[in-house]
Amino acid sequence: MPEGTTKDGIGAALRRKEDKKFLTGSGRYTADISRPGQLHVHFIRSDHAHAKITSIKTDAAAKADGVVAIYTGEDVAADGIGGPICGWVVTNRDGSPTNEPPHPILANGKVNYVGDHVVAVIAESLQQARDAAELVDISYEVLAPVVDLASAAASMQIHENVPNNMYFDFELGDEAAAEAALADAATVVELDVRNNRLVPNALEPRAALAEYDPVDESYTLFTTSQNPHLTRLVIGAFMLSIPESKLRVVAPDVGGGFGSKIYVYPEEAVCTWVSKKLQRPIKWTADRSESFLADAHGRDHINKVRMALDANNRITGLRVDTLANIGSYLSAFSVVTPTILHAPLLSGCYEIPAIYTNVRGMATTTAPVDAYRGAGRPEATYLLERVMDVAARQVGMDPAEFRRMNFIPKDAFPYQTPVALQYDIGDYEAPLDKALDMIDYKGFEARRAEAASRGKYRGIGLSSYIEACGIAPSAVAGALGARVGLYESATVRVDPTGTVNVMTGTHSHGQGHDTTFAQIVADKLGIGVEQVEIIHGDSDKTPFGMGSYGSRSLAVGGSAIAKAVDKVIDKAKIIAAHLMEAADSDVVFADGKFTVAGTDKEKVLSDISLAAYVPHNYPHDRLEPGLEETAFYDPLNFTYPSGTHIAEVEIDPATGVVQLVDWACCDDFGNLINPMIVEGQVHGGIAQGVGQALLENAAYDETGQLITASYMDYCMPRADDLPDFKVDYTVTACTHNDLGVKGCGEAGAIASPPALINAVINALTPIGVTDMSMPASPEKVWRAINDATQAQAAE
Amino acid sequence: MYQTNYVKAASTEDAVGHLAKGGQLLAGGMTLIPTMKQRLASPETVVDLAGCGLAGIEDAGDSIRIGAMTRHVDVAESALVQNAIPALAALAGGIGDRQVRNRGTIGGSVANNDPSACYPAAVLGLGGTVHTSTRDIAADDFFTGMFETALDEDEMITAVSFPKVAKAAYVKFPNPASRYAMVGVFVAAGDGHVRVAVTGASSDGVFRHDGMESALSANFDAAALDGASVDVDDMIGDIHAAPDYRAHLVVEMTKRAVAAC
Repeated sequence: MPEGTTKDGIGAALRRKEDKKFLTGSGRYTADISRPGQLHVHFIRSDHAHAKITSIKTDAAAKADGVVAIYTGEDVAADGIGGPICGWVVTNRDGSPTNEPPHPILANGKVNYVGDHVVAVIAESLQQARDAAELVDISYEVLAPVVDLASAAASMQIHENVPNNMYFDFELGDEAAAEAALADAATVVELDVRNNRLVPNALEPRAALAEYDPVDESYTLFTTSQNPHLTRLVIGAFMLSIPESKLRVVAPDVGGGFGSKIYVYPEEAVCTWVSKKLQRPIKWTADRSESFLADAHGRDHINKVRMALDANNRITGLRVDTLANIGSYLSAFSVVTPTILHAPLLSGCYEIPAIYTNVRGMATTTAPVDAYRGAGRPEATYLLERVMDVAARQVGMDPAEFRRMNFIPKDAFPYQTPVALQYDIGDYEAPLDKALDMIDYKGFEARRAEAASRGKYRGIGLSSYIEACGIAPSAVAGALGARVGLYESATVRVDPTGTVNVMTGTHSHGQGHDTTFAQIVADKLGIGVEQVEIIHGDSDKTPFGMGSYGSRSLAVGGSAIAKAVDKVIDKAKIIAAHLMEAADSDVVFADGKFTVAGTDKEKVLSDISLAAYVPHNYPHDRLEPGLEETAFYDPLNFTYPSGTHIAEVEIDPATGVVQLVDWACCDDFGNLINPMIVEGQVHGGIAQGVGQALLENAAYDETGQLITASYMDYCMPRADDLPDFKVDYTVTACTHNDLGVKGCGEAGAIASPPALINAVINALTPIGVTDMSMPASPEKVWRAINDATQAQAAE
Repeated sequence: MYQTNYVKAASTEDAVGHLAKGGQLLAGGMTLIPTMKQRLASPETVVDLAGCGLAGIEDAGDSIRIGAMTRHVDVAESALVQNAIPALAALAGGIGDRQVRNRGTIGGSVANNDPSACYPAAVLGLGGTVHTSTRDIAADDFFTGMFETALDEDEMITAVSFPKVAKAAYVKFPNPASRYAMVGVFVAAGDGHVRVAVTGASSDGVFRHDGMESALSANFDAAALDGASVDVDDMIGDIHAAPDYRAHLVVEMTKRAVAAC
């Protein structure tokens, strides 16, 4: 605990305030909420990847028991209902805009992926809605599916206004400079990598419950959202034409999101729309199969990478050409994720004088793809940290030393990369050295030899990542195509008795905000965390905010809270000066006490708050009564967490099984508010990265059917897949927020996949294996070992 | 799930009566209930066997008799099974997850004959006997194909007996996602003869491998299996394992089972 903080304050590893309700099953999720008279909706989804709808016959279903209404895309069109909008678009290389196809909330004449919403059947019970759905007769004229990303451009066009199935054609950097560097290079390193497609798999499936109140003509939507204000804005202003003031959106307890609950989906809009038409509450809860089919998926890139080195093995240039699978429709942040959140990360931790990248976003007849834990940054980090290892091998250098010699030196900050970002601060050697020490890098060859004596291949791999979180500032984002602001808001309300309510525009769905934010407030006000309540997730209660994603909540939302608390303290000091009959400038606030320098006069926060709300003795000539302040904080820059993760694996050549035997990481997240919560975020992020690298893969067959549509085939990481993680930190405090904090939510998922794949390749390098794609499944590894062994035998 | 009628049978005779009228037997429900929830099965009547008195483990001298409704957890934790046939207790303790082991039963698993289930490998590998409402069926005659058994339409399993053998082991290579057996091999050695039963691998369900049995009967050592092979054409191929990889794993898991005996 840093000196001068309270026991509950900044730096204390407090247990999470919110855990009691979650661990005792007392959380209140959307599906736990029911309203009198509610109806249930079941969505009939497309069984085809790509087809024209030739007819929908609902007569028999409409007569089934309990059925109240059945709606199709024609009803949606007749009511003039809009689709979910794309929240961020980019300008193409030729200056044209992103091609944005319509996205009706119920398919209108055509379906574009398996899982596309076709018919909404509404009945008194879910059972009745499902029974009736089987009586709906939909005829399709099947069209050619577009499944393969590499050949999508040459496949059947999916959307009228998306020629060559290309939504956008983005570039960043200096192509001529990058090509010149490659032409002049002493060494050119080439690598083709695929970033595998993932299903987000939040523990809680998506759900919605919408209610219309005919008395005051207003709606309430309970929904599984990471950002209820944006849901309210999009559904109100862009989809249903409801005045924002007449739509309340509540995201109660939400069981994980990982990005997938940022976006507005058709289902919650249908519930809201129908709640007024039928004047009854409408409820929907996804089953797990629907989550697999119709939650926005993540990743799915193909990258062609070329890196230039000079004769001293210093990197002189980088070119990356990327195909990004965007899927059947443009989800809210599907365009920004592989472009603005990907291309600027290509400099990593390294001094690279010339960088150029082209990213083409392709339409396919698969589920929409959008941001998933890390959002563009894992994809950039994966290709960069993979090619760093290939380069080190090619020039015969130790991969740690090759990274070290190419790091941006710690005295070079602020550092302007050739791909738009300006890193404010960092020290990349410190976490590298610490992580190497933690895993005993020097002792690795002895461990490799010992494993070999047991018939196992042992490998070690590292990844030195940088990430950019807390997207900002709004003006720059706007110039880059954002259709939203990127500030955060907070209202801090001190009650008359001195307890504190904090209304934040962020949203906690597992991150522990109730505790972390309370610690900031408690620390600044010198009170206990139990005196601080964090309120989020209700558009009627909280100021307009952007929600939680992109590891932004602490750096942006926490900074807004800190600003609002500072305003409270400023006002309280004036009140204190009045109460103690002192000059403002003589009042000192420290450790929760307002004192007058040189006297024994003293007031605590509850004295001040009582005076503020019972203002009998109060500086009315200078201040309004009350003690409540709101702050909006728009950061000056991203924050730049960085660090090194090192994985050690053992491979069983007889089965191809990769066992992860050790993990060390050292991250620089700036100042830590709650180290226990940070460590939890690191663990979770690594687990998801291990999932991507070894286990998870969303696979469609050639007809566009998702063949990994349940946990029978989609492999999630489990506790016994993971070793004990060795976690440590170095600190360079962020220079542009008062808390000096960065962001920790996505770092583990960003850093870990390349470390792990580099370790697998390192293990197999002695037998001649040079490449491995994700996930490194047992069969794939076994086959690589077999092929390499046979090739060696043939030589 | 579709609407269904629920009947709790009071005895084996009662259950067989419902079965003859088209009822669907419900043991632990670890396959049936998820299938019904997915609307992939729609039995008119579900006949719960929990009240038939079919749970329990008995020492029958040369063999152990396990009632059809005995849960996996009870087999795994039975001191009797652990002492007499430790490989069988270990197999039961490795089925599914804790929730499945607390509900799933041996009778349900054997009757379903899922090609990826563990128990069929033990029944066939140990040369057990399936006791039914009408007769006793030798393991070699019981499993007739993927999800197929020798059970008649109105016949139900009441117990399974396993001979106590000198040495046995079960080694499973789990499907990474489902953790069902992608390949599971049960090896049992007694009376100079070795049985090798393989689950998870074949499109015909659990099977014995004559070649490896002969090799091991002559020399009970993993090295005896060097050069052994499995017909790739019989192997299941899916996104987790192509037939040649499964065939390789069958030999590899057999070697490991021998080494574990």
